[in-house]
Amino acid sequence: MSAETVNAARFTETAFVRRKQRNEVVAKAVFLLMTLAMVLPLLLIVGFLVYKAWPALSVGFFLDLPRNGMREGGIWPAFLGTIYLVVISLVLAAPIGVMAAIYLNEYAKESWFTRIIHLAVINLAGVPSIVHALFGLGAFVLFAGLGRSVLAASLTLAVMTLPVIIASTKEALSAVPVSFREACWNMGVSRWQTIWRIVLPNSISGVLTGVILQVSRAAGETAPIMFTGVVFYRAVEKGDLFAYGLLDQCMALAMHLYTISTQVPGVPEAVPFATAVALLSVVLLLNAISIGMRIYLRTCKKW
Amino acid sequence: MWLTMPLLHRPKWKVVGEGLVEWLIRICGVSAVIFVFAIFFFVFWEAKGILFGEDRLDLWKFLTSEEWYPASESNPRYGASALIAGTASVTVLSMLIAVPFGLGAALFISEFCGPRLKEVLKITIELLAAIPSVVWGFIGITIMNQLVMRIFGAPIGLTVLNGAIILALMSVPIIVSIGEDALKAVPDSYREAAIGLGVTRWQMLYRVLLPAAKNGLLAAVLLGVGRAIGETMAVLMCTGHAVNNPFNTTFPFLHPLDSVRTLPATIAAELGETAQGSQHYQVLFVIGLLLFTITFVVNMTADLVVKGIKGK
Repeated sequence: MSAETVNAARFTETAFVRRKQRNEVVAKAVFLLMTLAMVLPLLLIVGFLVYKAWPALSVGFFLDLPRNGMREGGIWPAFLGTIYLVVISLVLAAPIGVMAAIYLNEYAKESWFTRIIHLAVINLAGVPSIVHALFGLGAFVLFAGLGRSVLAASLTLAVMTLPVIIASTKEALSAVPVSFREACWNMGVSRWQTIWRIVLPNSISGVLTGVILQVSRAAGETAPIMFTGVVFYRAVEKGDLFAYGLLDQCMALAMHLYTISTQVPGVPEAVPFATAVALLSVVLLLNAISIGMRIYLRTCKKW
Repeated sequence: MWLTMPLLHRPKWKVVGEGLVEWLIRICGVSAVIFVFAIFFFVFWEAKGILFGEDRLDLWKFLTSEEWYPASESNPRYGASALIAGTASVTVLSMLIAVPFGLGAALFISEFCGPRLKEVLKITIELLAAIPSVVWGFIGITIMNQLVMRIFGAPIGLTVLNGAIILALMSVPIIVSIGEDALKAVPDSYREAAIGLGVTRWQMLYRVLLPAAKNGLLAAVLLGVGRAIGETMAVLMCTGHAVNNPFNTTFPFLHPLDSVRTLPATIAAELGETAQGSQHYQVLFVIGLLLFTITFVVNMTADLVVKGIKGK
C-alpha cells in the first residue's frame, strides 16, 4: 500500500470535521474583516485629507504668516509655537522620566511601595487631558504665578507625557540582560557606574524611542495647552526663530487647527485641511522614526 | 595588594556625586505619585470654594438636574445630569462599536495571521493611536459629518453617532494592544496541548484562549472606556455641543442622531469664558474632579483585574 492510500484511509472527512473547518474559515474571515475595518479608515482618511489639502500645501505654507484673520497665508507662528512647547516639555520631562524609570527598574525592589508607584504611573497616563489642563491652570498659571505662558503650557505637557517616557524607558532598561549587570557588579563596580556605563549605553535606542513618542504626543495635544498659554493669534515676524519668550503666550499647531476649523468663519476649505495634514505629518513622521528605530534596534541586537 | 590601592580609592567628589545622583533618582522615582496627588490637590483647591464655602453647590441637584444654565444673570443653575448622560451615551455607543472590533482585531493579529502581516498591522494600529485628538475632531466635522447626514438622513451630522464612531476609532488601538498583550500572556503550552488534540484554531480560541485571557481582555475594554470618557477635543468638535439628554424610556433607549455635550467638552468650551474664581469657574473644576475620580476608578479596576490573573 502506498502512503497516500494509508493517509486516505486514516483521515476520512466526516460531517463534523467539515463543520469544524468551515467554522475555522468563517472565524478567520470575520476577524480579518474586523481588522481591516479598523485599518482601512486610517488609509482612507489620510488619503482624503491630503487630497483636500493639496491646493494649499507648499513649503511657503509652513513659512508664511497667517493673514486676513487666518483665512490666508501660512502657519509659521503656530508651527514655531509647537516646536517651542515640544522642546521645552521634552527638556523638562525626559530627565525626570528616564530617572524615574531607572529607579523603578534598577533600584526599587518588589514591594507595596513600587506597587503604588506603578499604579500612579497608570493613573497619570489615564487622567483625561482636560483635567491636566485644569491642573496646569491651577498649579502653574495661578499658584506658581507663571501666568499664561509658554513655560506653563510646557510644564503641563511635560506632566502629561511623563508616563509615556517612564513606561517605554522602563521597557528598554529591562531588555538589558541581568547577566550584564551581574558581570559588572562582580568587578566591584557600583550600582550607578553600572547603570551609566553598561545599562544606559545598551538601551539608549530604546530610551530614545520612548522620548520620540513623548514628543509626538506633546505635539498633538490641544486641551492641556488651551488654558495654560496658547492663544488664538499672536503677531510674529516672518522667519523669526526667537519670536516667543518663556513667559510669552504663543500659538500652537493643534490649537490653530481647532480655531480655524470651528471658530473662524469663511476660511477657504483647503486651509484647515492643509493645517490638519501639517499636524498629522509632524506626528506620524515622529512615530515612523520611533518605529523605524525600534525595528533597526531589533535587527542589530548583540545578545 | 598595595598596587591595587589607588583603584580602590575613587576621588571623593565622585563618591559624593554618585550619592547625590542616587537621591535624585529616588526623588524622580516617586514623581508620578507626587503628580497624581498634585493633580487632585490643585483641581480640588480651585473647586473648594463651591464645595465647602458659603453658598455651596447642592451636589444632589448637580448630579440629577438637567438644567445647565451657568451663564444666566439672575438665576444660574448648574445641573450636570444632561452632560453626564451625554458622556455616557457617547461612551456606550462607541464601546458597542470598538469592543467587538478591537477584540476581533486583537484575536486576528495574535492568533490568525503570519509574522509579516502581524508586523504591518501592529504598526498601522500604532499609527492609528498616534493621530492627535484635534485631527480626529476635524475628521468628525468634515468627513464623518457628511457621511452621517447622507447615510442616515440626519439634518445635522454632529451627533452622538458621529462622536461615537470617532471615539471608537480612537480607542480601538488601546483595546487591540492591551488585548494582544493579554493573549500573548497565555502560555504557548496551552496552545500546543489544544492543537495536539486536533482542534481547529477557532475551537482553541473560544475554548482555551478566551477563558485563559478573559481578565486581560476585560482590562483592555476598561482602559478603552477610560479613554473614551476623558476624551475632550474630538468629542467637543463632533457631537454638536447641545446640552441634551439622548436617553429615553422607550426602545431603542438612545437617540444616536441627537446632538449632545459631554463633561470634558463643557470644561473645554466654557472655561475660557469664565472669570477666574467665579461660581461658574469653580463648578467647572468640580466637573474636572468628577472626571478625575471616574477615570481613577476605571483605571484602578482595570489594574486590579489584570493583577487578578498574575496573582494566581
